[in-house]
Amino acid sequence: MSDKKKLKREQIIQCSLELFASRGFYSTTIPDIAKSLKMSVGNMYNYFKSKDILASEIIKYISIYLGEKLKEINEEDISTKEKTRKIVEMYFKTASLKPEMIDYFLRIYLSNREVFKDSCEGMLCVNEFVTEIMIYFEEGVKCGDLREQDFFSAFGLFMGYLGGMVFLKGENILPKDLNDYVEDITFNIYKALCAE
Amino acid sequence: MKTKMKILWLSAISCNGNTHSFLNYPYMEQFLDDFEFIYHPVIDSKYLLQDIVSKQIACDILLIEGAISKEYKRADVSIVEIIEKYSKIVQKIVTVGTCATFGGIFRESGYENASGLHFDQEKKLEDFKYLLDKTISLSGCPIHPEILANTLYAIKKSATLRLDNFLRPKEFYAYTVHNGCTRNEYFEYKVDNHKFGELEGCMYYEHGCQAPFTHGSCNKILWNEVSSKTRVGLPCMGCTEPSFPRQNLFSTKKNMSIPESLPVGVNKRVYLTLAGITKAFKIDRLEKKLFDD
Repeated sequence: MSDKKKLKREQIIQCSLELFASRGFYSTTIPDIAKSLKMSVGNMYNYFKSKDILASEIIKYISIYLGEKLKEINEEDISTKEKTRKIVEMYFKTASLKPEMIDYFLRIYLSNREVFKDSCEGMLCVNEFVTEIMIYFEEGVKCGDLREQDFFSAFGLFMGYLGGMVFLKGENILPKDLNDYVEDITFNIYKALCAE
Repeated sequence: MKTKMKILWLSAISCNGNTHSFLNYPYMEQFLDDFEFIYHPVIDSKYLLQDIVSKQIACDILLIEGAISKEYKRADVSIVEIIEKYSKIVQKIVTVGTCATFGGIFRESGYENASGLHFDQEKKLEDFKYLLDKTISLSGCPIHPEILANTLYAIKKSATLRLDNFLRPKEFYAYTVHNGCTRNEYFEYKVDNHKFGELEGCMYYEHGCQAPFTHGSCNKILWNEVSSKTRVGLPCMGCTEPSFPRQNLFSTKKNMSIPESLPVGVNKRVYLTLAGITKAFKIDRLEKKLFDD
């Protein structure tokens, strides 16, 4: 894919994310996205053959984005507790700077599984992100910081918690900024997962 | 009259498992026509152990079975002295089995300073360093009889054997035990519903199978020419490796559901990405019994 085409593809994804967040997934059509980008509908289909394909590609794009951020944290020579804090910070920072990204993950991907059933079986479209979370857990147990347990019981605790906080923020229920919760949430997650 | 190669089979700290395994070699008659044991623990031989230790009998190949310790004696002579004496006159030395190669079970048993001839598990030893060029390691608990016989024939024919870092012939040890396993499809698609004694499922995820990271030809040169551990539903126990025997051979050590030992040479990120993809799909054929009566 040429750089120009790659850039256009990212512009479409970013614009779609914003429109889905403001108008809702089902109310936003491909012509709406094309119009917003001043593109012809025909040209839009050169990039994404259908709205379902666009939906799957967006979740993969988010997974790669978050996966790369997590990989950087995983590769740092720091304690598991420090990694935990950095992951919480990174997730909340993404939710603040790119709220449409986390919003898409929570409100569209997780809530409309019928859209993703054909191309995103299991964790196929969020593989990069889940792989890095697995590495964070595995290395934490291996070095003795984290308690051995089933992956999903730990994964649910970690991501459910972060997702829940971002959801509350999105509903304007949180009285404080997400960043103000980083310390307490890091403490809670680490305390729940640590070996002692 | 044809000249037979002369072999000394020397037992150090051993259970004689390799001795017995070798008796299953299917072409023993032919073998004994080409080779002669000057001494063997169970096969009739010309000399007694007393003769071996008190004299120096002509010999071409020294086979050592069992772990080595300075304190251990055979016929009242230190095993180390016997090895030193015969290593000078033989063309080749072969460590037969994992104890003679890495220390194995007898090293684990805590016998004083027991190790392999050149290795204490993975650690290279200084003691017999001058013999490194003469030695071939054949690890395994026990050794596969055909691997031993084929190595001896290679020596007889002066064939060059390329060796790995533990002096094991690559011909037999460049493969993993996973290579040729009849359960490979279950591994590929992460179907881990194995139950002991059943034909279905991969044993890597739950039941401690070490085949993907164990070097050997068990699924390529079959045992008794018909089968292997993994084919009949027993996990590979990694018996050819310096780390043998590990703990808990029937369960897989995992960290947060991720196997601690991954297939040899496979990066963790690569493994988890592939596993994540294949786990997303359910292959009905592999979920069912093979014989669904």
